Amino acid sequence: MTDQQTFSLDGKSIAFEDGDTIMDAALRSGEYIPHLCHNPEFKPHGSCRVCIVNVNGRHVSSCTFPASQDLKVESNTAEIKQKRQSLLQMLFVEGNHVCPGCEKSGACQLQAVAYYCDMLSPHFTHFFPRREVDASHHDFLIDYNRCIVCELCVRASNDVDGKQVFSIQQRGIQRHLAVNSDSGRLGDTSFSKTDKAAHVCPVGAILPKDIGYNQPIGHRLYDRQPISQVGDVAANDKTLQEEDTPHG
Amino acid sequence: MADINNLKNKLEKTRPEKIKLATTSLCGCFGCHMSFLDIDERILQLVELVEFDRSPINDIKKVGPCDIGIIEGGVANAENVEVLQEFRKNCKTLVALGACAVNGGIPAMRNQFELKECLEEAYINGVGIENPMIPSDPEIPLLLNKVHPIHEVVKVDYFLPGCPPSGDTIWTFLTELIEGRPISFPYEQIHYD
Amino acid sequence: MDIENLFQDVRQRLNNHYDSEKLLLLQVLQLANQKGMQFTTDFFSSLSERLSLPATEIKGIASFYSFLDKPRNTQYDIRISDNITDQFQNNAYVINTLQEKYADNPKVNIATTSCIGMNDQGPAMLVNGYTIPNLGPGTLEHVFSLIDDNIPLTSWPSELFTVADNIQRKDILLNDVSGNGTSLNKLTNAEPDEILSIIQNSGLSGRGGAGFSTASKWRLCKQAETENKHVICNADEGEPGTFKDRVLLNSYANQFIEGMTLCAGIVGASQGYIYLRAEYLFLLPKLNAVLQKRRDDNLLGNNILGKKGFDFDIDIHLGAGAYICGEESALIESLEGKRGIPRNRPPFPVTQGYINQPTIVNNVETFLAAAGIVEHGADWFKNTGTEKSPGTKLLSISGDCKKPGVYEFPFGTSIKDILSACGASDTQAVQVAGAAGHMVAPDEFDHAISFEDYATAGSFMVYDHSRDLFQVIKNFADFFKHESCGFCTPCRVGTSLQSDLVEKLVEGNASSYDINEIKSIAKLMQTTSHCGLGATASTAILDLIEKFPQLLEKRLKHLDYTPAFNLDAALEQSRQITGREDSQSHIGGYHD
Ligand SMILES: Cc1cc2nc3c(=O)[nH]c(=O)nc-3n(C[C@H](O)[C@H](O)[C@H](O)COP(=O)(O)O)c2cc1C
Ligand code: SF4
Ligand code: SF4
Ligand code: SF4
Repeated sequence: MTDQQTFSLDGKSIAFEDGDTIMDAALRSGEYIPHLCHNPEFKPHGSCRVCIVNVNGRHVSSCTFPASQDLKVESNTAEIKQKRQSLLQMLFVEGNHVCPGCEKSGACQLQAVAYYCDMLSPHFTHFFPRREVDASHHDFLIDYNRCIVCELCVRASNDVDGKQVFSIQQRGIQRHLAVNSDSGRLGDTSFSKTDKAAHVCPVGAILPKDIGYNQPIGHRLYDRQPISQVGDVAANDKTLQEEDTPHG
Repeated sequence: MADINNLKNKLEKTRPEKIKLATTSLCGCFGCHMSFLDIDERILQLVELVEFDRSPINDIKKVGPCDIGIIEGGVANAENVEVLQEFRKNCKTLVALGACAVNGGIPAMRNQFELKECLEEAYINGVGIENPMIPSDPEIPLLLNKVHPIHEVVKVDYFLPGCPPSGDTIWTFLTELIEGRPISFPYEQIHYD
Repeated sequence: MDIENLFQDVRQRLNNHYDSEKLLLLQVLQLANQKGMQFTTDFFSSLSERLSLPATEIKGIASFYSFLDKPRNTQYDIRISDNITDQFQNNAYVINTLQEKYADNPKVNIATTSCIGMNDQGPAMLVNGYTIPNLGPGTLEHVFSLIDDNIPLTSWPSELFTVADNIQRKDILLNDVSGNGTSLNKLTNAEPDEILSIIQNSGLSGRGGAGFSTASKWRLCKQAETENKHVICNADEGEPGTFKDRVLLNSYANQFIEGMTLCAGIVGASQGYIYLRAEYLFLLPKLNAVLQKRRDDNLLGNNILGKKGFDFDIDIHLGAGAYICGEESALIESLEGKRGIPRNRPPFPVTQGYINQPTIVNNVETFLAAAGIVEHGADWFKNTGTEKSPGTKLLSISGDCKKPGVYEFPFGTSIKDILSACGASDTQAVQVAGAAGHMVAPDEFDHAISFEDYATAGSFMVYDHSRDLFQVIKNFADFFKHESCGFCTPCRVGTSLQSDLVEKLVEGNASSYDINEIKSIAKLMQTTSHCGLGATASTAILDLIEKFPQLLEKRLKHLDYTPAFNLDAALEQSRQITGREDSQSHIGGYHD
């Protein structure tokens, strides 16, 4: 056997290849590191910070940090778990997440990661921002209340669909997703259900219409098994393969 | 799950009196209380360990000194605030039970609108309203501008999410709490919906 | 003016080669705003057509920058500097007087803005982007009469816009560096590595904050084997309370530009950029004149000093009101015409910076020091300062002292000595290194300014005992909330939560629970933020809490917990709607 490069993740030896991030290598060897804005099909973003790990006393996002020989990476510690919980809580209070009234509930990655991290409450003071729902599109709706600005739809639409349907506005706490059309409505763009961008949203912000409760509550993706076993929302979205293949 | 008889024996040794428990529903739908009753026959075991103070189950109106206070529902009006503060003063341990108590829940969806818009829709512009006027009787508690989860009004010791949390979740929690064990749940028992 | 002319105008101001016009987008927006063009739907769609970018995306870029998010749409657009020093200089008087007079006047817009770098001569404001300092009643009266008479800004008397350097103490950097080509001459007559080793020897490290070894940075970039490389001077000077770069830009332009040119010669870069904060728009003509003069003198342009292939020119790019664009990778994004979001690193700019090519980013002062070191030798520099922090440091001193202004001190000078030099007395605290820096208490005044002690990029704000330190942290908390780029969760949400909690604290409604919340949010931001902004956004707040327990004691509500919001105030809308004022219509605000 040739020299296999490895680093340690919570004491386990993880093999990696040149150019791998910690996340790449961990995913390949079946080790789960919680994440939201990361999707292995896209360029790492590093914005949600949920995948932080401790590397030599420093916190880094594992989706962006390059793996290197003999790195000592800690992910599953009480301290890191606590920080992830706080980050998740921030995402919850920043938007309006009324899970009992959300079609995505049970199959939502924000929720699933929060379950995985034992989050029982949003802890912080809620912002209760005023946000809109855009139901102008024939097949999809956008509920901005639930958008965590992970930019996956932006990346998918730019990099895969070549359509630039989405963009980001403003900065700071005002930073938000917008649709690239004069009206600002999704219905006035070329967005289609076969777009990659229609199948990457980790939460209930970009939702297909009319199929909301096909899968009953209690039988959904994360109702019985944790995300560490089931995998990401996007990885479980088989609709694209079933439908005609996407263009672009 | 804890064996209730062991638990009872253990408790009787450490404290002769029963544990006092109070519950209330603020801005909620009583679903969490229904779920509480869903612990079914285990409620009989529970009443061996605990004595109910104020609770919709027994209609005691004012909360007295308690070990555990369980709050269903968020904080939507002045009365909710007062009741919640009374609970906090009287209960050693305060528990937020269910989505509305934990994050405002469905009632907090009104936070998307101005209070005035909500009231006008309900009492003035809505369909089939006769004699449209916004009630101003001093008997009616004033509404807060927004609906809040209870931890934004008082300090909360434990949170049980769910709409409602299942009977099993509540049971797990109560037995662990009463027994003084660390609170932890099997995966399926925690959900936000 | 149409879009075509706008692009031509921008092009005309630039000398470098740009692969794509998209790289000029921010400059185009910036110029459009200066010219008072309206950011209408039509405006965005013609830009969109021209650049083949969605209009919404262009709006997304504009809305990232304070000055473009709310572009000028009145004849007089007034933005009053609102750093804590401005507040202590009673900028409230300026704001109130202006508002009283012009609140309903459609030709005047009044707003506040983050520190505009005038704290040595404040309060100050920008009118249509141009700085007016020393806003006493007299100056204000003058401004009122001009506005009332509808005098166009271009005809306002120049003395209103006079900005003083206020240099109070000079040392080697401000005394000895000529900027007249001496150091470049040395370079053209030696191997670049020899010159680089002089800088290495001097121990120079970056003056902009992070303190990275300048020679190491240049060497890494030099080693990169690509055709195009870039040298960027970071003149964003956004840290509240600092203004020393303003003085260098104004009066030492030759010196730092020589440093940039030297750097280009060493690393092999042909394109240079000064990223100038929009607040320093008034410096633009003067800087352009210096650049032109240097071109005429063959100190810039092609075959510099007759050396074949030593080609380097410099363009000035303007920022548009975003503190985060001082962070080098956000600066590069902004220079590329985009939203100023800090990049993931690695790769670092030295290998993949501007348009993914090797790039040097240094502070104005760093370039100036490098020029001086090559001109006078490493010892000239090393002989002052401390072993670990050789050389001197420019400080921008403002606040409660007799002589605010720019001071050059050797590293290792104690805070006490600095305070006595600037004529400060009865000092309650010093804020070293700006809003992101430390609040230093009197029992630490023996500490010194240096990388190994109190590191600073130059901001030094003095508060005497008449000042409310809680007002200071409130100002900073608001600043960071306003300036967070919003990319990462902990800073985007954390700075908002922090500002609410600090407000609660300042108003005397916070409990020990809130103090713990502030601490744990701070810890989270410090450890998990994507960049330095989030990581430092709590420094001063934690300092106040830890170092001034007696003040904290007085501000706290001595309760375990107080509600997150004023409960009684939350009934106000109900009271108004129902007209009720009975006994049941009020409850306790933060405690019952
Ligand atoms: C939020 C933030 C703001 C910054 N602002 C500035 C600035 O205004 N000017 C500056 O020179 N460096 C600033 N820096 C530091 C730069 O990122 C970078 O380290 C510096 O320009 C490198 O130059 P130096 O090595 O000469 O110091 C800032 C850093 C952060 C994190
Ligand atoms: S998006 Fe996820 S977390 Fe948000 S409301 Fe829906 S299910 Fe809950
Ligand atoms: S809509 Fe979904 S995919 Fe797009 S930014 Fe929001 S959360 Fe991410
Ligand atoms: S720390 Fe703040 S400024 Fe830096 S990337 Fe995150 S949100 Fe942006």
